[in-house]
Amino acid sequence: MSSFAGIDSGSWTTKAVVIDAQARVLGSSVVRSGADLAAAAERAYAAALAGCGVARRDVSAMWATGFGRQSVSFADGSRTELDCHGRGAAFYVSGPLVVLDIGGQDAKVIRLDGLGRRLAHRMNRKCAAGTGSFLDEIALRLGIEVQELDRLASGATEELELSSFCTVFAGTELLGLIRAGKKPADLARAAYQSLARRVLAMDVFQERIVATGGVVAHHPTLVRLLSEQLHAPIVIPPHPQEMGAFGAALAARDGTDSVGPDGDERSALAAAKLGGLDAR
Amino acid sequence: MSELKSTGLLRETMGAYYRSLGDAAERKVAPVAWCTSVGPAELLRALGFAVFFPENHSAMLGAARTAQRYMPLAHAQGYSQDICSYLTSDIGAYLAGETPLSDFGLSGTPRADVLVFNTNQCRDVREWFEWYGRTWQVPVVGIRSPRSLEDVTEGDVDAVARQIEALIPPLEAAAGARLDATKLATAVGRSRECSDRWEACLQSAANRPAPLTFFDGTIHMGPAVVLRGAEEACAYYRILQAELEARVRGGQGAVPVESFRLYWEGMPIWGRLRALSTVFAEFKTSVVASTYCNSWIFSDLDPTDPIRSMARASLELFIVRSEGPKERYLEEMIDQYDIDGVIFHDCRTCPNNTNSRYGMPRRLSERLGIPTLVLDGDVNDLRCFSDEQSRTNIEGFIEQIADARAAPRPGGTR
Repeated sequence: MSSFAGIDSGSWTTKAVVIDAQARVLGSSVVRSGADLAAAAERAYAAALAGCGVARRDVSAMWATGFGRQSVSFADGSRTELDCHGRGAAFYVSGPLVVLDIGGQDAKVIRLDGLGRRLAHRMNRKCAAGTGSFLDEIALRLGIEVQELDRLASGATEELELSSFCTVFAGTELLGLIRAGKKPADLARAAYQSLARRVLAMDVFQERIVATGGVVAHHPTLVRLLSEQLHAPIVIPPHPQEMGAFGAALAARDGTDSVGPDGDERSALAAAKLGGLDAR
Repeated sequence: MSELKSTGLLRETMGAYYRSLGDAAERKVAPVAWCTSVGPAELLRALGFAVFFPENHSAMLGAARTAQRYMPLAHAQGYSQDICSYLTSDIGAYLAGETPLSDFGLSGTPRADVLVFNTNQCRDVREWFEWYGRTWQVPVVGIRSPRSLEDVTEGDVDAVARQIEALIPPLEAAAGARLDATKLATAVGRSRECSDRWEACLQSAANRPAPLTFFDGTIHMGPAVVLRGAEEACAYYRILQAELEARVRGGQGAVPVESFRLYWEGMPIWGRLRALSTVFAEFKTSVVASTYCNSWIFSDLDPTDPIRSMARASLELFIVRSEGPKERYLEEMIDQYDIDGVIFHDCRTCPNNTNSRYGMPRRLSERLGIPTLVLDGDVNDLRCFSDEQSRTNIEGFIEQIADARAAPRPGGTR
C-alpha cells in the first residue's frame, strides 16, 4: 500500500501526518519544535509512523512545509504553509473558500477558488498581535497556562475590551483592568475578542470560511467569537492543527503524480531550498 | 546571475562623482548644493554647483546596513521612528561623524552652501534639509509642489515654474555667479538625453528574457540620480544601453531561467537587495520592471523651454499623481512588460512611495485579474522587515502564479 507523509515545521510545534493514496490519515503526531527544528521533525515523523505502524521505507514521498521547512533536510519536496493549509482545507471543504490559519507566530488568510486554486493570501504584519503568541502573553499576565485560557473564558459574564494594537500594550492594558478589579474570566474573553478583531481586519470574509491551525484547535472560544463577529458559521475540518502537515502529505502524493506541461516549474518550486535571506 | 560588464564603468563613474564632491566641499573648487532626488538639479549644475543628493547617501547607508546603527541617534533627537528612515539614517550618520563617502576620500558628508528641496515627493525632504540648514546656518530654499494630481494642468505647471524662477536669485547669491541661459539649456538637454537612454535601458526588460532586473536597475540608476544634467551620465548610459541591446540580441537574460515576470511597486529594501534578488532568481523569477527605477525618466524635459519643462517633468512623476493615474500607469506597465504578478512594498517609513494602503492591490487584482502581493518592509529600517515571513510570502506568491498556469488542480482528488 502506498503511503505519503507531510511535516509542518511550525514556530511552536512540529506536526507530522501519514496518509494513504486515498488521503486517509493513517497516523499523526505533534511535538514541540524547540530550538532544533531538524530534530523535532525527526521526532514528529517517527511518532506518526510508529502510531500507524508504517515503516519509513514504505513512504513513497514525504514533503515539508511551515516556517522551518528548509530544516527538514530529509524531505523530498516542500511547499509553503500557504499552499498546504489551502490544499488541506480544500480537500475537506468545497470552495470558493477563505482559509483562516492562526498559528503561534503568524496568521494567514488564504483565498481559494472553486477548484481549490489559490487566488490570494495575506499574512499578519511583523507583529505578534493576531497570533497565538498574543494568547501566550495574556496567559502569562493572568498567571495561568495558555491551555487554561479557553476554560477560563467560558465563565465570562462581562464584556470588556482590549483596544491596543500592540501585544505589549495589550498586556499593560490588561494589568490596568486587573487593578480595576475585573474578573480573570472576563479578561480572558476580552483577549479572545481582541484576537478575533485583529484577525478579521486582515481581509474581507464573504465566502465559506474554514479555520485551521493550532490556535483554532485548542481555543474554541476564539472560533465562537470569530463566528459571532462574522455572523457566519466557521468550518473546522478534521485535525485542524495538523492541516499544514496533511496538506504537505497531499502535495507529496500529488507531486509524485504530477507530470504536467509545466511540471518542471512545479517541481523546481517545490524542491528549491532557500538559504536565509540574510545570506549575503 | 551574470553581472553586467558596464558595472566596472559604473563604479568608476560614481567614484569620480563622489571624489568631485570632496574636491568641492573640502578643497573649495566649487560651491556645494544639496538637492532632493527629483529637485531642480539642472538649475544647480548650470550655476556651477557640485550637486549632492542625500537620498543617494541614505541608500548607501541602507545597502551597507549601517543605517541600523545611525537611525537611533536621530530618533533620540526627536525624529520619530515612523518618519522617513532615509532622513533618520542620514542625520544619524552625520551625528556619528561617519559616512561611506570616506571610501572616496571625503572626511564627512559634503557641507552644503545651500540646500534645495522639492516637496513633490514628500514633506520629509524639507524637514531633512532644514535640520542641516539650522546645523550649518546655511540657506534652505525649495519648491512647495502641488501633489496628488489627477491631471497636470497648466496652472500647476505655472505655479511650479514660478517657484523655480524665484529660486534663481538666492541660488545665484550662494553660487556667486549669474545664471547663464545657455548652460541651463545644455544641462536640461543632457538630463533629457540621460532620461531617454535610461528609459531605453529599462525598456529592454520588456524582452524575454529580460536582460536586467529591478535589482540591477537600483544599482545602475546611480548616474541618472546623481549626474542628471551632466555629460558623464549620458556617456554611461550609451555604454549600458549598448550592452543591454547586445544581451537582447543574444537572448541573454539577467536570471538563469526566467519563467515568471514580476513588477516591483515601491521603494527597494536596500539592506536585502542581494538576498532578495537571489531568492527570485532561485524561483526562476525575474523582477523585470519597477515604479522606482522608472521614477528617473523625465520625458517632458525640453532644452528649448528649460524652466517650464522642468516644472512639468517634476509634476508628471508617478509619486505626484493621484490613485487614478497611478493605477492607469501600473496597468500600462503590466501590459508593456507582460507581468505575471505585482509586488507592492509597504515601506513602513515612506508612505508617499507606498501605494498599497488605499486598496490599490485589490482593485488592480480584481480589475486586471493579476495576482498582487503586499510585502511589509522598509527602505532602510530592517526592524520593519521579517526575513522568514517575506520568504514565505514570496515563495507562496510564486507558487500561486505557477499553480494558476498549471492545469486546474483541486485541493485533492478523493
